[in-house]
Amino acid sequence: MQVHYTDVLCMGAGLAGERVAVEAAQAGYNVICLSVVPPRRSHSSAAQGGMQAALGNSIMGDGDTPEIHFNDTVKGSDWGCDQEVARLFANNAPIAMREMAYLGVPWNRVEPGENTYFKGGKPFQATEKSENAGLIHSRAFGGTAKWRTCYTSDGTGHAVLFTLDNRMLQLGVEVHDRMQAEALIHDGERCMGVIARNLRTGELEAYIARATLIATGGFGRIYKATTNAVICDGGGQITALDTGVVPLGNMEAVQFHPTGTVPTDILVTEGCRGDGGTLLDVDEYRFMPDYEPEKAELASRDVVSRRMTEHMRKGKGVKSPYGDHLWLDIRHLGEKHITTNLREVYDICTRFLGVNPIHQLIPVRPTQHYSMGGVRVNKDGHAYGLKGLFAAGEAACWDMHGFNRLGGNSLAETVVAGGIVGKKIVEFLEGDSMTVRTDAVEDAAKGVRARIDKLAKGTGDDCYTLRNEMQDTMMEYVGIFRNGKDLQTGVDKLRELLERSKNMRLTGKGLKGQNGELSMALRVPGMIRLALCVAYGALQRTESRGAHAREDYPERNDRDWLKRTLATWKEGDSLPTLNYEDATPFFILPPGDRGYGGGKIIPGKEVTEAERVPYEKTDA
Amino acid sequence: MGRELTFEIFRYNPAQPDIEPRMQTYTLEETPSMTLFIALNKIREEQDPTLQFDFCCRAGICGSCGMVINGVPGLACHTQTKDLPDKITLHPLPVFKLLGDLSVDTGVWFRNVGGKIESWIHTKKKFDPEAQEERMDNALANQIFELDRCVECGCCVAACGTARMREDFIGATAINRLARFYIDPRDNRDAADFYDLIGDDNGVFGCMGLLACDNVCPKQIPLHDQLGIMRRMATVESVKAIIPDFIRKKLTGCKSVKA
Repeated sequence: MQVHYTDVLCMGAGLAGERVAVEAAQAGYNVICLSVVPPRRSHSSAAQGGMQAALGNSIMGDGDTPEIHFNDTVKGSDWGCDQEVARLFANNAPIAMREMAYLGVPWNRVEPGENTYFKGGKPFQATEKSENAGLIHSRAFGGTAKWRTCYTSDGTGHAVLFTLDNRMLQLGVEVHDRMQAEALIHDGERCMGVIARNLRTGELEAYIARATLIATGGFGRIYKATTNAVICDGGGQITALDTGVVPLGNMEAVQFHPTGTVPTDILVTEGCRGDGGTLLDVDEYRFMPDYEPEKAELASRDVVSRRMTEHMRKGKGVKSPYGDHLWLDIRHLGEKHITTNLREVYDICTRFLGVNPIHQLIPVRPTQHYSMGGVRVNKDGHAYGLKGLFAAGEAACWDMHGFNRLGGNSLAETVVAGGIVGKKIVEFLEGDSMTVRTDAVEDAAKGVRARIDKLAKGTGDDCYTLRNEMQDTMMEYVGIFRNGKDLQTGVDKLRELLERSKNMRLTGKGLKGQNGELSMALRVPGMIRLALCVAYGALQRTESRGAHAREDYPERNDRDWLKRTLATWKEGDSLPTLNYEDATPFFILPPGDRGYGGGKIIPGKEVTEAERVPYEKTDA
Repeated sequence: MGRELTFEIFRYNPAQPDIEPRMQTYTLEETPSMTLFIALNKIREEQDPTLQFDFCCRAGICGSCGMVINGVPGLACHTQTKDLPDKITLHPLPVFKLLGDLSVDTGVWFRNVGGKIESWIHTKKKFDPEAQEERMDNALANQIFELDRCVECGCCVAACGTARMREDFIGATAINRLARFYIDPRDNRDAADFYDLIGDDNGVFGCMGLLACDNVCPKQIPLHDQLGIMRRMATVESVKAIIPDFIRKKLTGCKSVKA
């Protein structure tokens, strides 16, 4: 087995992984990034919208401050976030945007004078200040008091990722692409690196590192319909869960988007509905006003997603070879509007669906979009339970998103958290030495080899069957609408799938080298365990908070549930062990009403003076 | 019932050199809105788990799935079967190292060429976290982004006559990448620096002007414009000592594309 030594090992080379790698490399440390795809193909590249940061340069963001950004973030999280972390994030976001500008990101800039913008589908005029000409501009995103989303046209993630990857090239950071981390090397106290499978050769390789970072993105692929890339299978979270000592935080907090297109779940923007698009059922009947007489299609993401699901359950969905869906109708907006204001939607429809939205209906369904939960880390990005293990980005539960993250906050998190965690890793390395335990390396490698050998001898289901059943189970029972009965059914089915996965078989025998089926087969049992963390956590959480909506417990319950779920997995168990901790170490903003989404609140005990901290009192 | 599609797919696994390269046939019923992403995954999951190919974002953004589709390089994820005949032939992109079947190593190729052309902002300035960002004209930011949109799928390289003959040719993608830095005021490199990087037969002077790169680019990046601009820059740089100043100034005036 080939063995590599490095100071810092980044699992994942998307925005978060590369930002950490750059920070450590700038400090003179040796860094290796592992990635299942070439870094520039990471899912970060797909983020179109932008990054929230309170620069306040644009006229619609005038007067913005990190504190206002913080307030939006806490409200968005439905008070599920860690307020210390949210403050750290909001304070550092403007600096991170400027740093990206320095490195080469072509942010869109303020154009002085009168500009035409859109709000709620209607155009209006606003005058940009001449003294702000050429500074970073910002656009509107949902759930924010100010326009603060920095952007580069419709390719923000792409532009920032390419810029960071250019910096990686400049610093000479090694990237080992087509490398899949399969297990963490650890002794129950200290993480010492990973065992990875080389996706070119199929061989196992050991990476020994003093600091190991998990930055592998989300786990959307445990759902059938997801906007996530095919690589977003939770690989990093699985390695953490498999240690038995590192908890995953708030795994039940999963965000859905109402308008993923069918069949490939590529997102079409909320702007479609904002501009006047309507949702139709199998009879081409507009159903949303029946459920939400006031707001109809313009209700919040979660509400629209839930109503769509409810309506399809009544048999009003459109049958297709890819499952049921509904229609999005923008035909009445006209050719000019569709090919200019909604050009991106027009492109997706014509290029990927073969549908012309000027004359045809767009097939859509609610689709998994973002994983708020992940590897639970402290404010420094250091994982609970294992020294030397860190996490950042969507893979982590740092936890600034709580139970719902705002658009533009996740992409910003990658570079903000990446910078902060990178610095903390440098501090950690400065005072640290590590003794490599070769028995721990051997144990980890043996474990992975045993999994591969077992697959070769299996006689049960193939990996695709099990994956499909898991994805269907998650859609059907652990989706947008949740209730105790369905969640219990989901948990039972997933446990059965986990049992069946022990006898999984490979159908393509004796394949050497790159082996897509083996790669998937190695992922599936871990994905089922992640799915169980989501389902079981959701079953236990008897309240509705943010994206976690229980039909049988519609209230947000601050009395009993103002806390974070921590899921660990003991070897041999068929369910995670759940523990809980306080959502936040202190309150800058005491629990209140979000001001949107409706729903009742069961208040918790009054926040005491001792628990309160003013925003300014900060070391961030 | 949809059409019955016949796929002729190139098969070869370098890890099993005793099995010769060959074409293998699969048939599949066409479904509405079917793309090659859907079709290939269906074939792998239902008919042949050994078939190798690459997808990631499946939305035309990440550039993973370049392949030769009925003779023309393109992205498989946004190729709809309804636009293709009943028989669909798929080959891996040439030029790049074959990893297996339709999967090629674009990642290492692009990393090497990125290093070669020093694909980063060259500046002596240090980042100051206290300072406001440097200002930039929005039109220029848009121009830079237009050239930054390349997804490094490798289609232009696969379609390039020069790349087939010269192993070290950097391709339209890398020339476009440098054109992006050429117009970026944050990058302090001048014409002489750029000339050193691309002023030879492996750079702008290797291009034979066949322009297939421009035809196949899935992002419709104006590659031939960028080739022209960078070649003119390099040409002027190479003869600057022998031409009068007023001519040289005229020739170097063309620095960026018009939108």
